[in-house]
Amino acid sequence: MQTGSLEHISDNNGPIIEVQDLVKKFGSFVANDHLNFTVSRGEIFGFLGANGAGKTTAMRILCGLSSPTSGNATIAGFNVYTQTEKIKRNIGYMSQKFSLYDDLTVWENFRFYGGIYGLKTEKIRERTEELLGRLGLQGEKNKILKEIPLGWKQKLAFSVAVIHQPKIVFLDEPTGGVDPITRRQFWEMIHETAKEGITVFVTTHYMDEAEYCDRVSIMVDGKIVALDTPLKLKETYRAASMEDVFLKLARAK
Amino acid sequence: MLLPGSGSATLEGYDVVKDFRKIRDILGYMPGKFSLYQDLTVEENLRFFAGIFKTTPEANYDLVKEIYSQIEPFKTRRAGKLSGGMKQKLALSCALIHKPEVLILDEPTTGVDAVSRKEFWDMLDRLKRKGITILVSTPYMDEAMRCDRVALIQAGKIMDINTPEGIIKNFSSRLWSVRTNDTYELLLDLRRFKATRSAFLFGQHIHLTLVDNAGSEPEIRKFLEDCGHQSVEIEETRPTIEDCFMDLMKG
Repeated sequence: MQTGSLEHISDNNGPIIEVQDLVKKFGSFVANDHLNFTVSRGEIFGFLGANGAGKTTAMRILCGLSSPTSGNATIAGFNVYTQTEKIKRNIGYMSQKFSLYDDLTVWENFRFYGGIYGLKTEKIRERTEELLGRLGLQGEKNKILKEIPLGWKQKLAFSVAVIHQPKIVFLDEPTGGVDPITRRQFWEMIHETAKEGITVFVTTHYMDEAEYCDRVSIMVDGKIVALDTPLKLKETYRAASMEDVFLKLARAK
Repeated sequence: MLLPGSGSATLEGYDVVKDFRKIRDILGYMPGKFSLYQDLTVEENLRFFAGIFKTTPEANYDLVKEIYSQIEPFKTRRAGKLSGGMKQKLALSCALIHKPEVLILDEPTTGVDAVSRKEFWDMLDRLKRKGITILVSTPYMDEAMRCDRVALIQAGKIMDINTPEGIIKNFSSRLWSVRTNDTYELLLDLRRFKATRSAFLFGQHIHLTLVDNAGSEPEIRKFLEDCGHQSVEIEETRPTIEDCFMDLMKG
């Protein structure tokens, strides 16, 4: 995480996510109202907003699960209207609700998801060792998932989301309901992942976590009302913390 | 709802095993998972829960008015079709509609945005002033500051029960707040510093405690500058309740 500069982020090959005038309507309801933003390779991008602001809708579009009503977006160079299968192969996704299979062992879960992403067994084995090694959970490899505490499960779910070394990983409230130590360990995993060049697109309701992002966007009623580094946002809104920035923007309806 | 293996507990003098029926009358409970009837409308849910307790929404409307009036415009909508924030308000209204003396809330704000969380706690404050006792669980440490007393539970054991101020007062280490222009590298380096007892991310700072409170600001600074950090800022800081909980959790 850089608080002063964004020098570890490279845009040599253009932004990894590019969104132009993106609109999504459900009937007369405008869930996403002309969104414009780009995300750079290796960036940790915080996507904030109140409940119901339209974050999940936008995220589903960026993941190739839903089409925009109008506007354009490319993810890792692929078009969200026409190349959704290619998008899915190049991203990882983890939501708070997404859970691994409780009746399978840790290894079986890794093998299952690795297989879905088309990895060879040898590669899955190698990545599993590497990812479990980082978590210090090699000893849990053959444990059934339901015997594993929630905090560890969240970390395992994150590892599974990056098993195929995607270009971007989308994390939808990955730390909801998690204790303060585990939350911090989770963010250390995020930083490590970003250092490897994987772009991290993350939502959270913990405003201290917004401070860990390279840049943060704040969405209110379907529109992006602010987008900058946490430091700049605090300066602009004369706020002591990201919590204050958020309260000022999200409450001013 | 669940029997203890041993030991006893009472609510308003009623035994949780023997007098469970009486307890149901005086207790309002909001489970962590949304548990209202998704196929009933907002109004039908409220009427149903009032009915179970042989009362009506009108009889205790005063108590829920403030909360319920915010979702009343949607009273003909099915509960399953409400947004997260509205579901939470309906669940609280249903837990309150029989005018309980004690309210138990299981992580009512998990997954709730910062604005709604603040409004929810303002609401709890007002209920407290009406004489309702509130037992609430939360993973958000800033919310702990809004309680009269807090208990920290880990692995089935209570680590500490105290007022928030009392918990902060018991934090025995000197706490340093350290900042450089690369927080993540700083964290990794501080973990390698031999005097480090704990180092945790805190926004754009690292909160650091040292073994036996030894070590001084110049020593930390020298170590970090030797690691190649620039614009190192170090200052002693007051612990927050989150620092205290993490300290207790580490044991």
